[in-house]
Amino acid sequence: MPPSSDTKRRGAKGDKSRGRDNGTSLAAASDSSLLSREQLLELYYWMRLTRTLEERLVALYRQTKVVGGLFRSLGQEADSVGSAFALERRDVLSPLIRNLGSMLVKGAEPLEILRQYMAKADSPTRGRELNIHFGDTERGFIGQISPLGDMVPVMAGVTLTFKMRGEDRVGLVYIGDGATSTGAFHEGINFAAVQRCPLVVIIENNGYAYSTPTSKQTLAKQFIDKAIGYGVPGEQADGNDVLAVYDATKRAVDRARRGEGVSIVELMTYRRKGHAEHDNQSYVPPGEIEQWERENDPLTRYVARLRDEFGFSPADVEAVDDRVRREIDDATDVAERSGPPAPLDALTGVYADPPAARPLWFREGVGSVVDKHERPEGWGTFSTHGGEEEH
Amino acid sequence: MAEITYLEAIREALFEEMERDDSVFCIGEDIGAYGGAFKVTDGLFAKFGERRVIDSPISEVGIVGAAAGAAHMGMRPVVEMQFIDFIANAYDMLTNYVATSRYRADLACPMVVRGPSGGYVRGGPFHSQNPEAGFVHTPGLKVVYPATAEDAKGLMKAAIRDDDCVLFFEHKYLYRRIKAEMPSGDHVVPIGKARIAREGRDLSIITYAATVWKALEAAEQLEKEDGLSVEVIDLRSLAPLDDDAIQATARKTNRVLIVHEDTRTGGLAGEITARINESSFAWLDAPVLRVTAHDVPLPYAPSLEDFVLPQTGDIVRAARTLAAY
Repeated sequence: MPPSSDTKRRGAKGDKSRGRDNGTSLAAASDSSLLSREQLLELYYWMRLTRTLEERLVALYRQTKVVGGLFRSLGQEADSVGSAFALERRDVLSPLIRNLGSMLVKGAEPLEILRQYMAKADSPTRGRELNIHFGDTERGFIGQISPLGDMVPVMAGVTLTFKMRGEDRVGLVYIGDGATSTGAFHEGINFAAVQRCPLVVIIENNGYAYSTPTSKQTLAKQFIDKAIGYGVPGEQADGNDVLAVYDATKRAVDRARRGEGVSIVELMTYRRKGHAEHDNQSYVPPGEIEQWERENDPLTRYVARLRDEFGFSPADVEAVDDRVRREIDDATDVAERSGPPAPLDALTGVYADPPAARPLWFREGVGSVVDKHERPEGWGTFSTHGGEEEH
Repeated sequence: MAEITYLEAIREALFEEMERDDSVFCIGEDIGAYGGAFKVTDGLFAKFGERRVIDSPISEVGIVGAAAGAAHMGMRPVVEMQFIDFIANAYDMLTNYVATSRYRADLACPMVVRGPSGGYVRGGPFHSQNPEAGFVHTPGLKVVYPATAEDAKGLMKAAIRDDDCVLFFEHKYLYRRIKAEMPSGDHVVPIGKARIAREGRDLSIITYAATVWKALEAAEQLEKEDGLSVEVIDLRSLAPLDDDAIQATARKTNRVLIVHEDTRTGGLAGEITARINESSFAWLDAPVLRVTAHDVPLPYAPSLEDFVLPQTGDIVRAARTLAAY
């Protein structure tokens, strides 16, 4: 669904709670009150698309069609969608492994995600990279890498360029609670702050970095306390309230666009699935996941607001659900039809020049190098939280 | 045209490329108003201003990462490592992020990381290193290490114009010790091509950077004292290596000595030896030999540093052994 250009004002309703700030607060205006009814429903579409697409990926994973690890953002869809929705088309973001929703908002297509996970020849990276690790500078998202923290300096450079060229563009980088402990996070945010780069740093506090709880990551009471050390404003928001996420991010984006530099937005959310699908979450206190699922599911919460606050009917919501299901069914059919990359393609594209390397002498003229491509047992045999929803 | 030093040649290349292409900019620690620890960027700040000659925090990860991000957006950043020893801080960013960017995500990353490298200058363990081997080992990076002022200029221009990341090692011992007149016009030296620094028939010395000059000294001495005709190959580019030049000299003289200032184990000499073994074993009259630094961190005291690093006398002795084999 293309972002709607309709920004006609709708009545401000309900509590636009901004959450806490660290005393260096951002400007106060709440922008979600400017969203049109189409845009309100669009936010729901992106969240539902994210969730249903991941559910489809789980099914494909269990059929061993996803050949590597599977990473879920279950329970964090509002944080990805709401923040990416605060950007303009020309802006650039760098996603993390749990920001499928952000990439969809920026124009990544379910078909691309499915092909990528299934390592197809026509996947965005032609089978080179896994999961949602791909980018497109035209659509405005940068392909991330696994060493965490590295994307903060990279996005500092992306936004430094916007500033150097006098372009009216903003960058947004996601970082998890865990990666705030890396040196790259510090160096990147410090550099961007000093250079007054138009950069929004979203710290997604989802409680766990793999198995490590936030309490073992930092002694800081909240991540926005770190903003003070970098001399930038910070604001915390409810990461499971898509409109609160949108508002907090929008304030930071507007600030960057005005030339006021870096802001930190900390989004409080919760990772309901393991680090990846193989992770059995044995380290999580009993009942914690279930409580978040029961009381603080971002889609359930938003559907209630759509109904109670904005007067959408159950049929409006169901129409979105149907559309999403149809789109993902269609995309799955198409994705499954593609084949694997040709082996020799592995030797192309390391450099612009030379464009390809030659196979080693012992491979000359050899067609198939193994009889069967194995899928390591370690990917996905340990899940004890299985049996989840499949639409 | 007047002769200029190796250092001035690098500066001239930066100056010309920044004038030619508005997307080229420099970033590093103390490179702006101060002109850099060795004054390589001296005068650039005055000419191009703080927008294009950026003084950064002490932050190798930050500036290498930022350069990559800028490169994705169409810029051509030139990053200075104040000493190349500090490139180790950015190892993750260079090997995991930059080197893979084109392959994994079709992200162009045209950038140069340059810095003063090498020993013989009493710099001690953290101002004397030759960390090229680890980067030569990394697919996706290009590595050059010039020995002459002409190549310093020509390779810098090629590095800036290359569409991938080039690590540009500058030998600080050579900065002000050698001079040359620059070729006229737009002087670009292609990456990946070695240079025959001295023609010879009896044995080959394959080397790069400061030890090119020691090899030439040794060749002179061997000719005078032993009547040996020694060929000296200056690799100039370490990634990609010029296989044709390596193979040609091995097959021509049938005896090869590889010399580098880097430590021995895992150094480039091992790789070059393996390539000669695979391509030209039947042509060899002797095993390929190596003269390298000893496998220790580089010490400060002259008596220690000179013992650890390869010297002209070492090259002469090794060449005599090889010739007599």
